[in-house]
Amino acid sequence: MKLKANPANLILRNGRVIDPARGLDSIADVLIEEGKIIEIGPKIEIGAQKRGQFDPIDAEGKWIVPGLIDMHVHLREPGEEYKETIASGTRAAVAGGFTSVACMPNTRPVNDCAALTRFILSKAETEGVCRVFPVAAISKGLEGKNLAEFGELRSAGAVAVSDDGRPVESSLLMRRALEYAKTFDLPVISHCEDLGLCSGGLMNEGRVSTRLGLRGIPGAAEEVMAARDIILAELTGARVHLAHISTAGSVALIREAKKRGVLVTAETAPHYFTLEEELLCSFNPVYKVNPPVRTREDIEAVKAGLRDGTLDVIASDHAPHSTVEKELEFEFAANGMIGLESSLPLILRLVREGVLTPLEAIAKLTRNPARILSIPFGTLAEGVDADLTLIDPLIKYTIDVKTFESKSRNCPFDGMEAQGRAVMTLVEGRVVFSVSD
Amino acid sequence: MQFKRKDLLGIRELDVSEIEYILDLARSFKEINERSIKKVPTLRGKTVIHLFFEPSTRTRTSFDIAAKRLSADTYSITASTSSVVKGETALDTLKNLEAMKPDVFVIRHSASGAPWQLAARTTASVINAGDGMHEHPSQALLDMLTILDNKKSLRDLNVLIVGDIFHSRVARSNIWGLTKMGARVVVCGPATLIPPNIDSMGAQISNRLDQCIPQADVIMVLRLQKERQQQMLLPSLREYSTWYGINAKRLEQAKPDVLIMHPGPINRGVEISPEVADGPRSVILDQVTNGVAVRMALLFLLGQR
Repeated sequence: MKLKANPANLILRNGRVIDPARGLDSIADVLIEEGKIIEIGPKIEIGAQKRGQFDPIDAEGKWIVPGLIDMHVHLREPGEEYKETIASGTRAAVAGGFTSVACMPNTRPVNDCAALTRFILSKAETEGVCRVFPVAAISKGLEGKNLAEFGELRSAGAVAVSDDGRPVESSLLMRRALEYAKTFDLPVISHCEDLGLCSGGLMNEGRVSTRLGLRGIPGAAEEVMAARDIILAELTGARVHLAHISTAGSVALIREAKKRGVLVTAETAPHYFTLEEELLCSFNPVYKVNPPVRTREDIEAVKAGLRDGTLDVIASDHAPHSTVEKELEFEFAANGMIGLESSLPLILRLVREGVLTPLEAIAKLTRNPARILSIPFGTLAEGVDADLTLIDPLIKYTIDVKTFESKSRNCPFDGMEAQGRAVMTLVEGRVVFSVSD
Repeated sequence: MQFKRKDLLGIRELDVSEIEYILDLARSFKEINERSIKKVPTLRGKTVIHLFFEPSTRTRTSFDIAAKRLSADTYSITASTSSVVKGETALDTLKNLEAMKPDVFVIRHSASGAPWQLAARTTASVINAGDGMHEHPSQALLDMLTILDNKKSLRDLNVLIVGDIFHSRVARSNIWGLTKMGARVVVCGPATLIPPNIDSMGAQISNRLDQCIPQADVIMVLRLQKERQQQMLLPSLREYSTWYGINAKRLEQAKPDVLIMHPGPINRGVEISPEVADGPRSVILDQVTNGVAVRMALLFLLGQR
């Protein structure tokens, strides 16, 4: 881990401080002493004798937000270090403005025991540059048969359980997982996919899949499982979080369930409000992802779900793959796209389009995921560790994967004209990333 | 006209004048195939590689005969399909063969879109000899040529395509080709074998074969693969045959000059009865004959580049 000289004492001047957890959106200074936020307020005065101890940072025209949280990433370590490591993945995170990531358990071996969870945390401690929160497996080996040891996993540091990458096919196992997770106050994150209905599908089912002769994945494959998990959450009174929501039908189901008071939360990923299925006519595997990118109508419904709060979180589902998995026939290529370093500009585009206010957008990257995972971050309260992201909302640039910190290059947004990005990222008051680097 | 394409990948991207040009050219090549010395020097010194990632006898032989009758040097490679864990990727196979400076690749692949992906990575010409469930342009062209041998024009012709539309690249290429040329296409089969929104490609959909037969000028019968039962698409071949098999009884309702076509290989007694396959309205073997002429035309156009 290479950190630059990190002043623990900083004064950020004249930024637009946006903290949804406190309903704060105003021009202010942020004073950081020994890695902790000491004061937030307009025109903070520092006594003459202390003035020299604080490095000033001009934040005029920039947003100062709580360190962003991406609650759905794949760091690939252990087992697939050629795609990503905890070191490279966390470097990608901070370059994208994220100070906390929750990493999914489908590593090799699977994170289904306390030893693995501790391994990830110790690697993150020594090699990572941001906070890492392991999500442990629901079932041993992700096999969908027996529960993993949630109690031990929780004690070791797991913040949630999920079989992400695979659905929990057995409704009984899902019921037991929800009940058992409730015992330890762990949220269950569900990868909603009916494998039978997917039947080898490669893209969204519809007009375009028929035209391209690619087997389709109907929206119903996601919706059937979303509905099931909502019903099981209702049955058990447990919390369920639905990952990577991609269809209009799922958004409608979640909206209705929330109205009924079901303890369901949900996330979507930037590609589901940005990319249309029509892009697949190039047969470029960079667009292959599960769930698949869908139609214009689904994109609009996902945006509406973000706007009205049906969708609580935006997470990247950062899924690194090398050319070995991606430079293949579309049918044989792996699912997944990297997103840590392209997520924020796509979310800022929603703000410019008027879909979300800055406060709403930042909430989906800070307060909301922090609440779902019950982690004490995602706010700029005085006295807390200074995890903080400085965003330039106006800077224009071209997204270029060659500049990415991630080890992988499977980003469909390469070459896209973008506006807005993280220009400085602080973890515990240490500058772990800045654009002038 | 000028034919400026590097590759011939799909019917969807061709315009009417290109299709007509290819068919005219194919007609002029038909005569060569009737000679006792069936060879012209047109592509002498050109190298054609048949790169087949999916087994095929008929199409590969047809392309090979076509290339040899034009005096090209031909090589056939049957590669196993790409695998993440072992073996060479399709792209590596292509790049290695490209290094030997061929002029044309004839590519068949079980994965839809693979010829597009590969064509984008080579300077040689690529002819798509069938990709997954997507396109089979030479088949659609030889089908059109065969229809035109028997009918004055494709315009306003009623073409009925019967069977497993879902998995059929022949159906897709023919829907695009025939509708471009002004024919009306109806696809007919059980709903499990009709892909969603195929009407957006320009075909009408029917599930009732007996209602479609009286209007048809051409009936294209598709092969029904026996695995479809295991995929929960059909209860039994027997039931399929009862409802969607083309037999003499059913054809009593057909126009007297209806053409019966099949891209092969046929499952006698499943999708088509032997007396129809071998009967007077069948042009199934004419399709095979025309296949050589159409493929000569395609190789000529791209090989001369």
